[in-house]
Amino acid sequence: MSEVEKSYSPGLATNIEKAIQDPGVEPHRLRMTDKSEKHAKNAERQVAFMFLLSIVGAIIAVWGFFAFPISGGDLSATRNNSLWMGLGMSLSLLGIGFGAVHWAKTLMPDNEITEERHLARSSDENRAAAVEIIKLADGESGFTRRKLIRRTMYGALAFLPIPAVVIFGDLGPVVGDTLKRTMWKAGTRLAKDPTGIPIKASEVTVGSVFHVIPEGLAELTEHKLEEKAKAAVLLVRVNPGVLNEAPEKAGWSYDGIVAYSKICTHVGCPVALYEQHTHHLLCPCHQSTFDLADHCKVVFGPAARPLPQLPIAVDAEGYLIAQSDFLEPVGPTFWDMRK
Amino acid sequence: MNSDKPLHRKPWAAGLVVFFGLVLSGGGYATATNVVETEFGSAEQVSEGRKLFLANCASCHGTNGEGAIGGPSLIGVGAASVDFQVGTGRMPGQASGPQLYKKPVQFTEEQILAMAAYVASLAPGPALPDPEFLRTDGDVEHGGELFRINCAMCHNAVGAGGALTEGKFAPALDGVTEKHIYEAMVTGPQNMPVFNDANLTPEDKKDIISYLKYVENNPSVGGFALGSVGPVAEGLFVWIFGLGFIIAISVWLGAKAN
Repeated sequence: MSEVEKSYSPGLATNIEKAIQDPGVEPHRLRMTDKSEKHAKNAERQVAFMFLLSIVGAIIAVWGFFAFPISGGDLSATRNNSLWMGLGMSLSLLGIGFGAVHWAKTLMPDNEITEERHLARSSDENRAAAVEIIKLADGESGFTRRKLIRRTMYGALAFLPIPAVVIFGDLGPVVGDTLKRTMWKAGTRLAKDPTGIPIKASEVTVGSVFHVIPEGLAELTEHKLEEKAKAAVLLVRVNPGVLNEAPEKAGWSYDGIVAYSKICTHVGCPVALYEQHTHHLLCPCHQSTFDLADHCKVVFGPAARPLPQLPIAVDAEGYLIAQSDFLEPVGPTFWDMRK
Repeated sequence: MNSDKPLHRKPWAAGLVVFFGLVLSGGGYATATNVVETEFGSAEQVSEGRKLFLANCASCHGTNGEGAIGGPSLIGVGAASVDFQVGTGRMPGQASGPQLYKKPVQFTEEQILAMAAYVASLAPGPALPDPEFLRTDGDVEHGGELFRINCAMCHNAVGAGGALTEGKFAPALDGVTEKHIYEAMVTGPQNMPVFNDANLTPEDKKDIISYLKYVENNPSVGGFALGSVGPVAEGLFVWIFGLGFIIAISVWLGAKAN
């Protein structure tokens, strides 16, 4: 060994003489209930009292069941029924539990006992015998000798889990482009949630907020909620001149009326807390705040991109219609959304 | 009777005094309230309202309600707006801040109506609600659905209120009168948006009011509502009291008896 390896600091070396000694069992301390009969009697009464409380609890639970019968339509009866039955049964159970623990702690013997743990290592004979058995099995089966069998068995074991992996493919339909398109099409009328009544531009007065679904959604019988979760729109009219519109989006609003996706671009909560005078839209889940007058850009919070705008127009009868679907996916950003 | 003795009241004297007092004051009120019944929007009421307006509102809202530094224009806000803002004590405003608070009402009912009539005479705007739609016998289920779609995001699913940005908040709705709920929907006070009659029909508004009054007057089925302020408060309650109880039991289980 080299000189360097030997020159460790004495502080890091194990000093056998000063090793921490097993302190042993601390001296047994008598409890008050061991020392005085009066205290033991008291503890006995306390335990009995807890068991009696348990009986009272059971009676309260039965009383609650009969005193507040759950009968047709009266929801407040459910409340009292559950409350008293729950309290009664808890008291019943806790009474037994507390009583048993108190009994064990105060009256049952509490002498300290040490049980030695056996060694983890098997005896040398056992170890040698195990090796013998394995060698014998290898010799008899020819596991090492018969290479063909051994290798095909490895192969079979490797292929066994493949069907289990393949059936994961049946867990659901292929997503396809369902995340990238919604029910909105050119000419779809904007309708009120939940009634599905189409909205006229003249009905949207300044400062108004309409919660909007595409016309036809209210009548869907299949996948209604999935479609609503993607197509929900917030429709707002602001004072003329307030809107700051990019040239390429200038034709997307109608006379101060703008429509934006209601699905937060952070994790998809409905962004619907609209402040009339600040034009801010607030998401209730994580406080992302969007400026509705400025392309719903994010002014605060964890959302990473603006809410997608729905281009709108007015049809011959004065109803608000969509010019097209959203031009980008709504809701939370996902990895291949721009593809 | 011996005049040296101090006078003793007969036991029934106090009762008699109280009785006459009640009759006098009650009767007085009855006569006073009988006088008030004037038609809404009469020339007399409008001119009375204008006087009150000039004395109490014009410094912020301009002498003709056209708005000034510190107060927006009241042209076209309608009688409903005045009745809501003054009737809930928010106006006259006490101090500027993120939001005006509800506070004790500063005017009598007739003074409020007079100012409402004056402001309504400036330009057409949302009128006082028809009492027909302030009843609470509407369709509670439909009202609940409309409330969850249009209102619950700010005011909480059972109207317990909630926070907005930068110190603003949506107030709790319990204890708010039917009339003021209706007026808030049609006028959109402060940062609340407007819900006009095309968006929520008067019948819809009645259903919403019925729903709010239903949840106000019926206890929570689930037991203690903890203010109905949602999962954070409920979670905190469980963390502190539920886990606290479990920790206390664990400590007790592990401790030796003395």
